[in-house]
Amino acid sequence: MQDKISLGRKIKSAVLNILMYLSAGTIALILLGMIGYILYRGLPHISLDFLTQKPSLVRETVGILPNILNTLYIILITLVIVLPIGVGAAIYLNEYAKNKRIVRIIELATETLSGIPSIIYGLVGMLIFVQFCSLGTSLLAGSLTLVIMTLPTIIRTTQESLKTVPNGYREGSLALGAGKWYMIRTVVLPSAIDGIVTGCILSIGRIVGESAALLFTAGMANEVYGLLDAVKSGNAGSTLTVALYMYAKERGEFEIAFGVAAILLLLTFIINLSSKLAAKKLKAKGAK
Amino acid sequence: MSKIKKTARIIEKSTNIIFTFCGFLAVAFVILITGFLCVSGIPAIREIGICDFLFGTDWSPTSASSSYGILPFILTSVYGTFGAILIGVPLGLMCAIFIAKSANEKIAKTVRSCVDLLSGIPSVVYGLVGMIIIVPMVREVFNLSDGANLFSAIIVLTIMILPSVISVSETAIRSVPKEYEEASLALGATKTETIFKVIVPAAKSGILTAVVLGIGRSVGEAMAVMMVSGNVANMPGLFKSVRFLTTAVASEMSYSSGLQRKALFSIALVLFVFILIINLVLNLIVKRDKE
Repeated sequence: MQDKISLGRKIKSAVLNILMYLSAGTIALILLGMIGYILYRGLPHISLDFLTQKPSLVRETVGILPNILNTLYIILITLVIVLPIGVGAAIYLNEYAKNKRIVRIIELATETLSGIPSIIYGLVGMLIFVQFCSLGTSLLAGSLTLVIMTLPTIIRTTQESLKTVPNGYREGSLALGAGKWYMIRTVVLPSAIDGIVTGCILSIGRIVGESAALLFTAGMANEVYGLLDAVKSGNAGSTLTVALYMYAKERGEFEIAFGVAAILLLLTFIINLSSKLAAKKLKAKGAK
Repeated sequence: MSKIKKTARIIEKSTNIIFTFCGFLAVAFVILITGFLCVSGIPAIREIGICDFLFGTDWSPTSASSSYGILPFILTSVYGTFGAILIGVPLGLMCAIFIAKSANEKIAKTVRSCVDLLSGIPSVVYGLVGMIIIVPMVREVFNLSDGANLFSAIIVLTIMILPSVISVSETAIRSVPKEYEEASLALGATKTETIFKVIVPAAKSGILTAVVLGIGRSVGEAMAVMMVSGNVANMPGLFKSVRFLTTAVASEMSYSSGLQRKALFSIALVLFVFILIINLVLNLIVKRDKE
């Protein structure tokens, strides 16, 4: 049977097969090589001092505590603002909106938002929040910029999980005399919680990896702030990614840059794992 | 009783308004972004002249006879994107086919996790690796005085668009009906022939979506290419230091003023228009696919 396939066809198939294995192998190799190299150069620099000091020329310390804290603050502020808006928008799209055309317009808007490159967000964030709202280059302005950026993610994931809530739940609740808001609060939202969590994790991933949007909005300072100072206008601070960029490009301190890169890699790994777990949970629920 | 009803009605009404407001906020943001970009980008274009701005080949805002031509940036972005697509799409497509069809489940899973992880790595990390590994390598291999050029940028961009190309085309390939494959196999085609002559053509529009997504991603990338492209406003050449649309905005923003600063906003406006066009194409493809 096999002999009936001509030699030309066999060779063609073999070449394509080899190319396929080669591509997959190349990609895996690129990733593993990159991770290996970054950890190899970065891990030796990570120490307790590196994580808990702030950089000071006088005391000759290097450390990334301010950058870690700033990243956390920006994640926190962004999520606190974007969650109600995004979940609200998803509820509107899924529960309230009756006009198909309006839904289409809003979905088009969120798609547009998710396609805009981060450097434009950075620029517009600078124009709107830093200058127009006169917040100054600050963590708050950076967070507000990221709110616009992460909004599509939150809306999409929440909407997806709202769609998995069976209509019978809603009808049952309404039939028992509950108002629409009461129905949403007690029946729909609790069932949609894992979609919201997935959205949060994805947003955190995006925020941790973001640099271009923060460069001109959150600034480059390496100061340690308390949580209350972080939301004040004018308090600039760089996140881990911005710090990496500054150390590598502007100051040429590659050792510190690799240390930060290794930490970012570990964070990416953790975020990746948790988003996979959350997605699995969401899927399992959708199948039920 | 009527009192409860009244408060209930007020609550219903106000929640309705709040959710509607949230829903339209996304639209408002798009309008806000477009508005701010137009207001701050158009004056400089008007001052310089749209032809001189878009087709001028010389960008030297600080020299005595300052000129503001952004053709070098536009061409660099186009060439860079084209290069990344040229290498990235075949590579990504092959990998997607491998994951979807060929490999055994365990290997496919490993490769897929690799791809997921690649997509999560921050762009500055790509930039750093590019700066330390790719730039010196390009310098050595091609015997150049400086390895920070368009070629290095294309390599970094290629790696960065791979994850989206792979995951979107994998989904497209998986969604091809099983009957197509079975019919082709039953007619005596080999497995490889089936994949490349039946499944891939059937998944065409999904793969096209992947390509357009890749284009969008590489046109919009700023930080990584800034670190490896040399950042000089040359007309693009494969081994010349170049500046992209994105990096042109980012690199002079911190110290520019006056017309130069306004021109930077105009560059951002041009970039925004590019992205809108790409989004439009994407929407058209998806729409046609649905029909």
